[in-house]
Amino acid sequence: MSTSLARGWETVIGLETHAQLSTRSKIFSGASTAFGAPPNTQASVIDLALPGVLPVLNRGAVERAIRFGLAIGAKINPRSIFARKNYFYPDLPKNYQISQYEIPVVQGGTVHIRVGDAEKVVTLTRAHLEEDAGKSLHEDFHGMSGIDLNRAGTPLLEIVSEPELRSSAEAVAYAKTLHALVRWIGICDGNMQEGSFRCDANVSVRRIGDPKLGTRCEIKNLNSFRFLERAIEYEITRQIDLLEDGGRVVQETRLYDPDRDETRPMRSKEDAQDYRYFPDPDLLPLEIQPAWIEEVKATMPELPEARKRRYETELLFFPEDAEALTSSIEMSEYFEDVLKELKKRTDIKYGVQSPDQANAKSAANLIINDLVQLMNRTETPFAESRVSPVQMAGLLARSFDGTLSSKLTREVLARMWAVAEQPASRSDPNLADLLIEEGGLKQISDAGAIEKIIDEVLAANAKSVEEFRAGKDKAFNALVGQAMKATKGKANPAQVNEILKKKLASG
Amino acid sequence: MSRHTASLAELSRQLRAKQVSAVELAQAYLARIEAHRDLNAFLDVRPEVTLAQARTADARIAAGDATPLTGIPIAHKDIFVTKDFTSTASSRMLEGYMSPFDATVVQNLGNAGMVTLGKLNCDEFAMGSSNENSAYGNVLNPWDKGAVPGGSSGGSSAVVAARIAPVATATDTGGSIREPAAFTGVTGTKPTYGRPSRWGMIAFASSLDTAGLMTNSAEDAALVLGPMVGFDPKDSTSVDRPGEDFSRDLGKPVKGLRIGVPKEFFGAGLQPDVEAAVRTALEEYRRLGATLVDISLPSAELGIPVYYVVAPAECSSNLSRFDGVRYGHRAKSYGDLNDMIAKSRAEGLGAEPKRRILIGTYVLSHGYYDAYYIQAQKVRRLIADEFRRAFEQCDLIAGPVTTSVAFGFGEKAADPVAMYMSDLYTIPGSLAGIPSMSIPCGFGAKGRPVGLQLMANYFEEAKMLGAAHQYQLATDWHARIPEGFR
Repeated sequence: MSTSLARGWETVIGLETHAQLSTRSKIFSGASTAFGAPPNTQASVIDLALPGVLPVLNRGAVERAIRFGLAIGAKINPRSIFARKNYFYPDLPKNYQISQYEIPVVQGGTVHIRVGDAEKVVTLTRAHLEEDAGKSLHEDFHGMSGIDLNRAGTPLLEIVSEPELRSSAEAVAYAKTLHALVRWIGICDGNMQEGSFRCDANVSVRRIGDPKLGTRCEIKNLNSFRFLERAIEYEITRQIDLLEDGGRVVQETRLYDPDRDETRPMRSKEDAQDYRYFPDPDLLPLEIQPAWIEEVKATMPELPEARKRRYETELLFFPEDAEALTSSIEMSEYFEDVLKELKKRTDIKYGVQSPDQANAKSAANLIINDLVQLMNRTETPFAESRVSPVQMAGLLARSFDGTLSSKLTREVLARMWAVAEQPASRSDPNLADLLIEEGGLKQISDAGAIEKIIDEVLAANAKSVEEFRAGKDKAFNALVGQAMKATKGKANPAQVNEILKKKLASG
Repeated sequence: MSRHTASLAELSRQLRAKQVSAVELAQAYLARIEAHRDLNAFLDVRPEVTLAQARTADARIAAGDATPLTGIPIAHKDIFVTKDFTSTASSRMLEGYMSPFDATVVQNLGNAGMVTLGKLNCDEFAMGSSNENSAYGNVLNPWDKGAVPGGSSGGSSAVVAARIAPVATATDTGGSIREPAAFTGVTGTKPTYGRPSRWGMIAFASSLDTAGLMTNSAEDAALVLGPMVGFDPKDSTSVDRPGEDFSRDLGKPVKGLRIGVPKEFFGAGLQPDVEAAVRTALEEYRRLGATLVDISLPSAELGIPVYYVVAPAECSSNLSRFDGVRYGHRAKSYGDLNDMIAKSRAEGLGAEPKRRILIGTYVLSHGYYDAYYIQAQKVRRLIADEFRRAFEQCDLIAGPVTTSVAFGFGEKAADPVAMYMSDLYTIPGSLAGIPSMSIPCGFGAKGRPVGLQLMANYFEEAKMLGAAHQYQLATDWHARIPEGFR
């Protein structure tokens, strides 16, 4: 990105994203959409395009399109049209795809993205409903192709952005935000390995300051954020190299090869197909009454952008923390549940900050820094966290009331995670207390006890005391370390600091 | 008495009075089918299937679980898919194809207890006006074996005219029920578009395709139409309306009925023999007390160009699924996948579907779409509006079905445009989607039958059938049976 700018070029990117909608049955038939069934076991007579079959629109797919439209503040067209996109392909059973062409169900709208410290609002062109094709399987058939039509007719929402993205980093941030959003509002499972969320990137470059757009290439079927980034990076460099060598970019569709980390031409504009779009006479125009939109609106969750702002203004979170906590619906809901559990507890004492703010920040830190780490290490998704929100609140309560130092809190969390492999422990709401008791992990906050330990440390470390007095500040830390070591890390660090300072000053 | 000349109501009475069993009736018709195989009207006959259905019908009658149609035989146009008979649409492409399900129309009539005699020849994918486009050979006109039986529902019209089936299903996209009905002297009824389900009808032009009936009288049609149609959640263009008794106006005199006569239907192309028979029929209506009203449908003459944009456009897309990949004909030798699809289609599809696919592909192509398809849709709306306004002045519209009586084999085969003109008077009603029918009203040149077309406003089938029945009470054209089939 920065290299292209340094070379005097600006990158222009627009994304077309296909999100598979989470309906149980297909968009025009009753067949299941579940992934991974044996080939052709989830293809109904409609999906097979047998003679005489007709499509009937799945309302669930429309409802999900409405949810998306509401989430991005778009116009939801009261009347949209399904069209046929005609082309021959063996895994496209009707040899036309039912899609929306001239009038899509969702028009306009915006998505807020964040790259580093910069925020950006990306405008969407449209989002339309369409059906997926099947799959051609070219291996294992000895010179022939196999066709699996399980995926044929799976509902897709094609989400098209304006060409407003200016770097691969922005494209990835946009794709990630969109990915989180469709999962957040429950319209797509976002499983990229299974192809539930995949992007096509339109990439062009132009001289900085040039008002005219360069010739673009479309890179198809990028099914990971990493591939999206790599493919765009490769493509930018390829186009700039080409232009700087006096060549020109040919408008074409390209494929990204992750093994070689390069894009390759698939088909050029010259042999681009004429899809002969026309309104599908088997389907009536899709009419969406305002009442239906209101009905869907009533079931919408608080959206990530709104929640993020709320965390910033009400809970005084740093933007990056608010961003992190709202990056996925699971993490965010987990955090919200922990807050609710904390509110229910009556055994928490607070300092100067308002209870909500103090609770929230500590909870947020523990989740973002420590819980996430444990989850990543074990590849556990949030929805299956071994430490439940109730247990997490129980742990935080012991941190707030001084029973645990922050270090001990992390220690207890790790132990909770470890023992929660047993289902019995997983459901115990007082797991934190149990483990503190069992492990003797209570923080030592008794001033007399700490004083006694510090006296012993000072007596045993005369050298460090001398060094400190000679002006070596580092020696102080060594003494604190010794004191903590002597208490197996359980001494209240603030008290150790305070008492040690007093002793050294008076000694 | 000869059962093959009895009305459906009479057959129904005899069945329930156990004067005849469904099995006996089926056997009698199967024998007539066998005796008249030279008509080439049937593509698939399976006596064991027919007789099994007849036995079930007899059991229902015995159990007192019969409907008025239980035990009455029917034959289905090969455009309707069926589980128990092949479904080929008269195309090489679907030779031997067995559907895993029945068309809704077939299922509805089966649920009523009707017994299927077999599947009927037609023009390939219902494209044609003479039945000469079938991959399985011509159907002969029972009135004159040198004449075409009309198309595309030529098998349906021929078997009903020849009384080798008491009733047959048919489909009408631009005249495919009414034109063959006129050519063979039977009653052909096309209901309002959206009234019968299209589920299981092999699609030609989805926005026009309408299932209907060939019968020997309007009374018979009224009896079968009710159970045949009705809302079908499997067809998004199916109309959700409560069930109707289509016989309710049969006894209603036509006195005071205003019959609109469009002047555009009596223009230069109309042959004098047809005009004479039609004018006589209109005169008969006046004698019965109806008022004839001169009306105008100025855009009706644009029907043919509009139709030959819209129908081929839809057909070019609908027929894309026949690619040899999943079912149907696949070429024996080919190179890559594209070659396999291209060769399979080249071999499997006949000349007329290919011609229409080419036209349709052309009119939908980039740069032509607006000039052809969009423009045609606009004129189509104009035609529908003209009908709507006409029905403010009259209750029904009447006129000729065709410009001439049935022509001879090969007469128009080399000239597609002349062939397309056969549907001049039927296409406007198809484009509007209104109910219309053809009833026999005399004979023209070479003793070949002439049809009178009746058209009604949307969902006014009962009124149309009532007026047709009143005419058939006063005349006996519909009761005439061709020589050799009496």
